[in-house]
Amino acid sequence: MTVLFGIFLLTLLVITAIGIVRSENLFAAVMLSGIFSLLMAANFFILDAADVALTEAAVGAGISTVLLLGALALTPMQERRNRAGRWVALGVVTLTALMVVYATFEQPRLGDPEAPVHQHVAPWYLEQTPALVGIPNVVTAVLGTFRGYDTLGEVIVVLTAGTGVLFLLGLPGAIGKRQREDLASGRSYLGHHLIPQVVGQLLIPFILLFALYVQFHGEYGPGGGFQAGAIFAAGFILYSLIAGEREALSIISPRALMALMAGGALLYGGVGVVCLLLGGSFLDYSVLASDPRTGQQWGILAIELGVGISVAGVLLAIYHAFAARGR
Amino acid sequence: MASWLDALSYLLLLGGGAFVLIGGIGLLRMPDLYTRMHAASLTDTMGTLLVLTGIMLQAGISLATIKLAAIGLFLLLTSPTATYALSNAALMSGVRPNAQWLDRRPEP
Amino acid sequence: MYVLVSIAILVTMVLALVRALLGPSVYDRVLAVNMFGTKTALLIAVVAFLFGRPDFLDLALAYALINFIGVLAVLQFFQNASTQSEANVDEALDRHRDGR
Repeated sequence: MTVLFGIFLLTLLVITAIGIVRSENLFAAVMLSGIFSLLMAANFFILDAADVALTEAAVGAGISTVLLLGALALTPMQERRNRAGRWVALGVVTLTALMVVYATFEQPRLGDPEAPVHQHVAPWYLEQTPALVGIPNVVTAVLGTFRGYDTLGEVIVVLTAGTGVLFLLGLPGAIGKRQREDLASGRSYLGHHLIPQVVGQLLIPFILLFALYVQFHGEYGPGGGFQAGAIFAAGFILYSLIAGEREALSIISPRALMALMAGGALLYGGVGVVCLLLGGSFLDYSVLASDPRTGQQWGILAIELGVGISVAGVLLAIYHAFAARGR
Repeated sequence: MASWLDALSYLLLLGGGAFVLIGGIGLLRMPDLYTRMHAASLTDTMGTLLVLTGIMLQAGISLATIKLAAIGLFLLLTSPTATYALSNAALMSGVRPNAQWLDRRPEP
Repeated sequence: MYVLVSIAILVTMVLALVRALLGPSVYDRVLAVNMFGTKTALLIAVVAFLFGRPDFLDLALAYALINFIGVLAVLQFFQNASTQSEANVDEALDRHRDGR
């Protein structure tokens, strides 16, 4: 049953990919890439990877499509036909694809318990998580504790991406009177219409509450910092759609956004430094409390919060950088 | 009692699946944008509600039921709003509905 | 029974994908993506029960949410990006009446 669903979804994925490549209307390509993200998330779900599916849904299907459209608003809508070197490119890609397909003949079957990848650290993680960390979600334990440096690197990567976009596009700065008029002029937003406004005002508190739930429930079920940050950003994007850019930027000012971006990464590193000061090594959470397992749980909670804050800040900053600019 | 609940749940699931399928067929075969919107949104919401109610009956009283009710309530609120926003945007940018009755109104 | 419903939902997803590939206007594609998103959320809810994992329902809730916000943002961006000559429903209907 899983195999059937998986094959079906992967076939749809191939059809969507061909549609994306062949369409010349860039808007259609962006819409199809939204469908691509949804299909990938369904695939991850079929393969029992719930955390990844949640992240792919939160980031890929919603926010990524929105940001691509924001970029599209600054460019022409049709793809420029570039005929030079198409056959060379096709040849290289076909050759590479054939080599990769040939390489998969040597791979073990999907989910094979005898595969080498399941013999090395995976059993150790599965056995040691209840003993050392004590939380039900092994993915969060691996992400937060056993591979803590990796996740610190990921947060820094997210922060760097946000900084890069802000270097290129820039935020409006503190909202002064002239910029207020610039932002409000000629731009219709959904607040003009009653129905989205009412429904949005009903929903935004629950969306933010759901983001908090996903953030702190990450130790017990699918969830964690990345997903919660994306959902939090989505709630504020909804507010920005309803009330307009000016209102949204006066609620969370650009300075606050940059503080959020950096503050999350700072919190993560700060937890590591606190562990150093308390006598352990960097990011060794066992020293945070009297009982090592409680210390681990407090440490994971704190760093997931740092990740969530940073991701929310970066996604919101990138969205506002696009939205406050395009015409 | 349990089998009655099961039968009702199966009926709801079947009905929901049928509505979802009808919506998909309508999305393909309808001639105009607005008729497609009509087909997609109505059957979407109805099918979702029926399927979720069917699953809720199977789940009994548990946390899963509350989550399903939350999903159902959320989809009930947002799906029509999205359709409204879509049709409003389409109308505002000039997509005309394929309405021919305007030409055949009787003379006063 | 869950299997039948999930097959129905998968077939509908295929139909929505066809509409997204075909749809002559932009709004057809946005409609197809919206429907695809809600169907994916429904599929996850059904398959979560099919596989006996009710704690995956958070995914369906997050999907429904993100899909809704995504559709609204798409419409907003498209409205701001495209050049609109008329922005009035009455004007559009007048044109329809007089243009025939």
